[in-house]
Amino acid sequence: MNTATLFGLCASMLIGLGLYGLLTHPHPLRKILALNVIGSGIFLLFGAIAFRGAAAGMNADPVPQALLITGIVVAFSASALAVALLLRLFEVTGDVSLANEDPAAHKDTSKDRPHD
Amino acid sequence: MSLLLNLWTILAVSLGVFFFLAGTLGLLRFPDVFTRLHALTKADNLGLGLVVLGLLPQMNSIHAMLKLLLIWLLVLFSGAIVSQMLAQAARSGEIDS
Amino acid sequence: MTPSLALNLALALLLLGMAGWAVLVRSTQAAVIGFMVFGLLLTLAWARLDGLDVALTEAAIGGGLTGFLLLGAAVRLRSVEHRATLQAPGLATRILAALAAGSVTLLLAFAVLTLPSPAPSLAPAVAENIAMTQVGNPVTAVLLAFRALDTLLETLVLVLAMLGIWSLADDRVWGGRPGFAIAHDASGILHYAARILVPIGVVIGGYIFWIGADDPGGKFQGATLLAAMWLLLVLAGLRDAPRVSSQALRLWVVLGPLVFISVGLLGSWLAGSFLGYPQGYAKLMIVTVELALLPSLTLILGLLIMGAPKREIGR
Repeated sequence: MNTATLFGLCASMLIGLGLYGLLTHPHPLRKILALNVIGSGIFLLFGAIAFRGAAAGMNADPVPQALLITGIVVAFSASALAVALLLRLFEVTGDVSLANEDPAAHKDTSKDRPHD
Repeated sequence: MSLLLNLWTILAVSLGVFFFLAGTLGLLRFPDVFTRLHALTKADNLGLGLVVLGLLPQMNSIHAMLKLLLIWLLVLFSGAIVSQMLAQAARSGEIDS
Repeated sequence: MTPSLALNLALALLLLGMAGWAVLVRSTQAAVIGFMVFGLLLTLAWARLDGLDVALTEAAIGGGLTGFLLLGAAVRLRSVEHRATLQAPGLATRILAALAAGSVTLLLAFAVLTLPSPAPSLAPAVAENIAMTQVGNPVTAVLLAFRALDTLLETLVLVLAMLGIWSLADDRVWGGRPGFAIAHDASGILHYAARILVPIGVVIGGYIFWIGADDPGGKFQGATLLAAMWLLLVLAGLRDAPRVSSQALRLWVVLGPLVFISVGLLGSWLAGSFLGYPQGYAKLMIVTVELALLPSLTLILGLLIMGAPKREIGR
């Protein structure tokens, strides 16, 4: 198996793993983290494709590599905004729940809720 | 000459890898923060140091050798700082030891 | 099995293991630390795929800054962690999610195995035209000449994200300083670290920026290092975070994008297209844009990490 195929398959699995975490984890910070795992998988897939495009004396196609650098920076700024939104939600409500109903209603954990 | 240099590289890098392995084992098996830090810093200092020393003859310019040494020094420095901070935090009870 | 394949295989397995840890482990802090390790391993994968520029970016931003950001948030949210995990979905939802994720993986794997051969590539086009840009690093040539519009839009995205974060400030601290005040401890270890490391880090950041024209490196990687040094100064309490209403700060933040847009307009006047470079002046214009972007990117990356204003009303 060549390098590009190996890392391409690895990237497909990373995307699947991240997607599972994004769908099942109730904690929003874990969803942001899972989204970053998906992003890394997509970047790696893109990198494997760039590696296949080696030509003209270059070891890899520089165009997708440049787009990847752009992508990594944009993904970081999106994560930073998401984290800031989450921290603001925590500040305002004292909770980070994304569900419509309050889990405190049927589980007695309301003691760590600050007074609004 | 190049055979000798290659032998040196193989020997030093293998020894460095051994220290990393021992350090990792210590990190996983030691009972508290302080002993784990001890294992970790040994891996950084000696392991990386030996890997760097082993790779020096493989570089084709003084410039690249100096860069390798700089990387080792920076890792030594940050390792020393981080283990100090972790040990302080552990002693004051901020993290579970 | 060749040694190279064995190394790649080991790397791929480690990557999957760390990603699995980051997604599945119970503690959020442990997950974030796993993600940082994952970022470092990914850097090695980029080196294996001959993407040294990408490897530097991944190490600096993907693993480093993102890890720092997530770890800070995980510590802040520790008190609600238990509550947040109470609403874990049932077994049926998890099976459905696993099926969905599995089928996406299978589809992608199928796509990977059936990629066209020979692979399409723009490398010959870059090789043919790189002499015109007068820079030696093909990735830099793509970022600042062939696809300069992407890079311009990217810096605008960074500015917008920063404005979005600033706008999350409470009314009472609008325009104030982000983060909590950090007491300066002159005998503390962090004080010592900042005094020693920051000068070295600034030199290395400048070097990585400067070498980007011809070798792997560039403004994003350099700016990330400089931003990290700034954050170290703030964490050590040697410098306070700036008020976001400061005129000087805002001027430095928009300097890079403004110079970039001006150079673009100059291009449409002199070379007949937006962001076009007149013959013989390409390198001068590229270096001008990069030099102006460096301080702006440093400030923006640092401010993105610091988050919304928390204290001290502006002016």
